[in-house]
Amino acid sequence: MSAPTLPLDSAAVTTGENSSPAIVFEDVALAFGENEVLRGVSFRLNRGETKALFGVAGSGKSLLLKLAIGLLRPDSGRIIVLGEDVTQMREEDLFALRAKVGMVFQESALFDSLTVRENVAYRLMEEHGIYDDEIDRRVREVLRFVELEHTLDLNPAELSGGMRRRVAIARALITRPELLLYDSPTGGLDPVTSNTIIELIVKQRDVYKTSALMVTHRLQDAFTMATHQFDKQSNRMVPLPAGQRCEVPMSFLILRDGKVIFDGDLRELAFSKDEYIREYIS
Amino acid sequence: MTVRSTRIPNRMEITSPTYLAKEQVQTVQDYVLFSAHAVANIFRKPRYFADMLLQADTIGVGSLPIVVLTGFFTGAVLALQASNTLERFGSVTLVGQLVSTSMVRELGPVLTSLMVAGRNSSGMASELGSMVVTEQIDAMRALGTDPMKKLVTPRVSATVFMLFFLTIISDLVGLTGGLFIAKVLLRLDARQYWSNAWETLVFQDIFMGLAKPVLFGFIIATIGCFYGMNARGGTQGVGRATTQAVVAASVMILAFDLLVTRFLMAVLSLN
Repeated sequence: MSAPTLPLDSAAVTTGENSSPAIVFEDVALAFGENEVLRGVSFRLNRGETKALFGVAGSGKSLLLKLAIGLLRPDSGRIIVLGEDVTQMREEDLFALRAKVGMVFQESALFDSLTVRENVAYRLMEEHGIYDDEIDRRVREVLRFVELEHTLDLNPAELSGGMRRRVAIARALITRPELLLYDSPTGGLDPVTSNTIIELIVKQRDVYKTSALMVTHRLQDAFTMATHQFDKQSNRMVPLPAGQRCEVPMSFLILRDGKVIFDGDLRELAFSKDEYIREYIS
Repeated sequence: MTVRSTRIPNRMEITSPTYLAKEQVQTVQDYVLFSAHAVANIFRKPRYFADMLLQADTIGVGSLPIVVLTGFFTGAVLALQASNTLERFGSVTLVGQLVSTSMVRELGPVLTSLMVAGRNSSGMASELGSMVVTEQIDAMRALGTDPMKKLVTPRVSATVFMLFFLTIISDLVGLTGGLFIAKVLLRLDARQYWSNAWETLVFQDIFMGLAKPVLFGFIIATIGCFYGMNARGGTQGVGRATTQAVVAASVMILAFDLLVTRFLMAVLSLN
């Protein structure tokens, strides 16, 4: 399928000129009571890069995203997001940083008392001072991008799981964030819908150069992202030529027992000699 | 404000009395901080006036039917019970006085608050609890909105504001219920009833009757929101939070009613 175009201001497209990483985790630990979920997690996500985050259920993948956006605070360690230390920031100060970050939650987390339009426009409406016409234009643009313009006046309860996920992506994209956090964006969806969403994520990565951290259980999705690129001419995702695989800004991170056991690109993953990793990717 | 994890145990487990006491103290401390935060937000921007109006409509207008019914039947039964006692002393004409002082000072504010607590504490706890377990509260924070300002403070302001007026309506309807009994069953003169009921009221009675709903409204909203925002454990947790909110709000209303009544009686020199 071909993904529609999301018109963006040139300023909103990450140019890569800012060389500081989008996210840096330094020795981050987090425990709930006696349950140590994260034990010294360190990694970095470069600007424009998309990193797929793997691990068995309960390994703390979703927690990493919530830590990155300051919804949770680590017990120790430092987290730098877009150059700011979120571990030191007050909740009030985090709101300004969050304006530059979009997050897609595992179960979409759409506000069920609001329509699709109001959900997608939520951030713009909260900003105040933006005219209704402008809000409407941008909501339609971003919904067109996820191919759901016709759902404008529906309630989230009237949408399918895949549609809800795409509305959540639209809500995350509307402010043109510098960083996107996806929590299992294709979890529980059929292959066709999953592919649509992966294509949207690849487009965001290749065309708009948005940095992204993506939690997923589906290896095939991450492999697709590492072996495909978005072709602007045909406006669709196409496979990379055999010799150019791994040329896209895509990396993998695997968590096990609260620690990072792998952080590298597709080639390194494929040639890893770690038994657990080999079993995981087989 | 970052909502802290709840101290409400998720399943039956054997806990030591010391641990249990600490949990309770911690919960009270969290509740006090939560309430203080909700009040402080009234003076901080952004202010969600439209949300407050919406809540005022839901809480105030939505509660009107049960408040009217409760007020009417309470006033009526009060007149009926009072007439039985007053007849022994040949003072049945004083029924208006008894109904008005009882309704205005005590039953109007307390019963209205209990009705509103049953309807709205549970509603707030279940609505906010559902938003917590479906990550909508996290999403709201991720989208740059403080849920305390957007969800809690408007509910607290609206409940305090609307309960004040609901209590006035309940008092008036209660007096009407008393009039109905006085006229139909006791064959009293309506003008005499109203005159008795009105003249017996003094400033202190009205002050006491209207000071209580302000406090009770605050209790209803903060308890409902507190349990909702601290709901954990899926739909079961939401159900538990809802029940606990109603129980806690009702008990607190009755307990604080005793304290406030004693305090105001001393301050206002009422006997």
